[in-house]
Amino acid sequence: MNQIAETLASEHIHRDEVGAKIGMWLFLFTELILFGGMFLAYAVYRFSYRDYFALASKELDVFIGLINTLILLTSSLTMAMSITALRRGNKKLSLIFLSSTIIFALLFLVNKYFEWSAKFNHGLFPGSNDLLSLPRGEIIYFGLYYVMTGLHAVHVIIGMIILLFMLFYIKSNKVNQDYYIMLENSGLYWHLVDIIWIFLFPLFYLIH
Amino acid sequence: MTTLNVPINEGNGNHLDYLHSPKKYKGILNWILSTDHKKIGILYLISMLTFFSVGVFFGFLMRLELISPGKTIMEPQTYNQIFTLHGVIMIFLFIIPGLPAVFGNFFLPIMIGAKDVAFPRLNLFSWWLFITGGLVALISLFLPGGPADTGWTFYIPYSVRTSTNVIPALIGAFILGFSSILTGLNFITTIHRLRAPGMSWFKMPLFVWSLYATGWVQILATPIVGITLLLVAIERWFGVGIFDPSLGGDPILYQHLFWIYSHPAVYIMILPAMGVISEIIPVYARRTIFGYKFIAFSSLAIALFGSLVWAHHMFTVGMSDTAMWIFSLLTFLVAIPSAIKVFNWVSTLYKGSILLEPAMLFALSFIFNFTIGGFTGLMQGALALNIHIHDTSFIVAHFHYVMFGGTGFGIFAALHHWFPKMFGKMYNKKVAKLSWLFLFIGFQLLYFPLFIAGYLGMPRRYYDYLPEFHIWHFISTIGSWILITGLIIMFTNLIIALRKGAKAPANPWGGVTLEWSIQSPPTHENFEVIPVIENEPYDYSHFEEKEEIKN
Repeated sequence: MNQIAETLASEHIHRDEVGAKIGMWLFLFTELILFGGMFLAYAVYRFSYRDYFALASKELDVFIGLINTLILLTSSLTMAMSITALRRGNKKLSLIFLSSTIIFALLFLVNKYFEWSAKFNHGLFPGSNDLLSLPRGEIIYFGLYYVMTGLHAVHVIIGMIILLFMLFYIKSNKVNQDYYIMLENSGLYWHLVDIIWIFLFPLFYLIH
Repeated sequence: MTTLNVPINEGNGNHLDYLHSPKKYKGILNWILSTDHKKIGILYLISMLTFFSVGVFFGFLMRLELISPGKTIMEPQTYNQIFTLHGVIMIFLFIIPGLPAVFGNFFLPIMIGAKDVAFPRLNLFSWWLFITGGLVALISLFLPGGPADTGWTFYIPYSVRTSTNVIPALIGAFILGFSSILTGLNFITTIHRLRAPGMSWFKMPLFVWSLYATGWVQILATPIVGITLLLVAIERWFGVGIFDPSLGGDPILYQHLFWIYSHPAVYIMILPAMGVISEIIPVYARRTIFGYKFIAFSSLAIALFGSLVWAHHMFTVGMSDTAMWIFSLLTFLVAIPSAIKVFNWVSTLYKGSILLEPAMLFALSFIFNFTIGGFTGLMQGALALNIHIHDTSFIVAHFHYVMFGGTGFGIFAALHHWFPKMFGKMYNKKVAKLSWLFLFIGFQLLYFPLFIAGYLGMPRRYYDYLPEFHIWHFISTIGSWILITGLIIMFTNLIIALRKGAKAPANPWGGVTLEWSIQSPPTHENFEVIPVIENEPYDYSHFEEKEEIKN
């Protein structure tokens, strides 16, 4: 323990949980603005191609979208429960909840995979002849759809990797009842992934 | 790198300095794996100056091409690629990381009495991202098709049509943006959490204030350009329709998204330089800064207003008249906080005891150049005049006056001011002053004629021109040679100082901020005991001239 403290000191690393949280929130701002740029593009194009957007959005499967929304919302719940469990010292329960969060994330991606492949089978993918023969408004709609849900899926994958690390850290007691800021910050990231989907779902699936 | 590892006599210091403290790794690994903010600052300095010299070389080639009408040394296509590279390198690899990443890293923790930044490992990661981004951007030099020829703005639709390698430049800029965000995030957290006891917000040195404002702009603006450039890359890669008008996209939307970041980015570039000037002026005028709070808040005001003026780059692309005059009005408003700073610096000099050391000469030329650059900026903010000078070399002259004459000279000022502290060596001051003279004269000769040529109608980014512009281009190219001579003298002088310079005392200039209270170069821990702050940052009322300033 003493040696760890010495290494930390020599690398100028100190533990500041408030600082870590400030850093994480600042990072989340940047993520929101990253997606904000795309939401802005969506708003501008929705304004100029309102009818085509309504038409194209009927191609999407609201049912799969709804299932995925429920999956992500539940995963956010299990994430929060995992943190609470660890804080109360129940390491085993925390691991169970964390694992289920990761499984939900995987389920989300599996659904996404089937959803995208169905579109691909209909010939609706970027650069395809079928897509390019559609009116321009619909091309833009599908362009935005693939880029925004795609970038969101990348965030889900990154989130899963982070949560897998947390799983490992909790097991090895690197993250524990007294020092769980890393798990909390990972949780914040996971909620961000969730909340971006909460906006993507109505914008692409529900509004006609 | 080797020059830095030359042993220094551990004369009066009781502790080993950071260059010689016990090491975990040997050789270059000791540097590129170090989480010490000072070493990371030096890493940035070396990499940034390397990229800078590449950028200067490309600029030199462009000026040489333009010395006479028609073809001089290169083909038009090469010229397009070279001005793109010059822009990308100078903006993303030199000016943006220049002051925050080099001097911010080195001095921000010391100035607030901390041992390091809040997230040292993240700090090292930022540097790695910076190097990766830089290499990705430059890799296109060696790919078939050559580097991008779009200009650093990557305007749609040309950037999705050209056959040159635009994607490496876009991805490189994206990675560099990420690096910049992490640096900003790190600094903001550091300033909030790690100030020494007694260091209240209004006892922070003004360089720290300017880094704080810069950090917020980095965090809030950079993601927008990140996503925009990524979208262009995706559009090129997969043929997704986002901006390309043939797929229904809107090229003007691209320009908006691009400038939403890239205008605030010019404040990422200039704000830290203003902070440096606010540090230097009190030291060499031997009196406290005039209007401390005004300077501190004007940094925040610039960050705020500067984020709302982006469309003044687009007055000729087609916008509603209402939008145009709002953006024009906001542009004029940014001038107010900038002018507040200039007035305060000049007022600080009044009845000060002015020492014309090299850093002070660079700082005073900053004020001179920035004033010219700022006023010509206002000319472009006026709607009617903007139509006349839009996309002419007037614009080129304007932003070089602000970016090079301002931030560039700010970087040189910082380098001469803090060099003894960073490396523990003194440079030859007479040679440094000589290099300043070359740089100052060369700079004016290089860029001022471009104002005139631009006003007379010389378009920017043109390979060829009418004979009537010849004289201005000729003078400008001569200026570039003088400027480069100045750069060579300056860097040679500093490199010689690294090897052979006399040992620098802890406080060679008579500064009163915290970095001058510790030994030169600082120890690994900066402070053996964390200081308790009682005085204002520039309190010269108790100051006595102790050490004679020698050549």
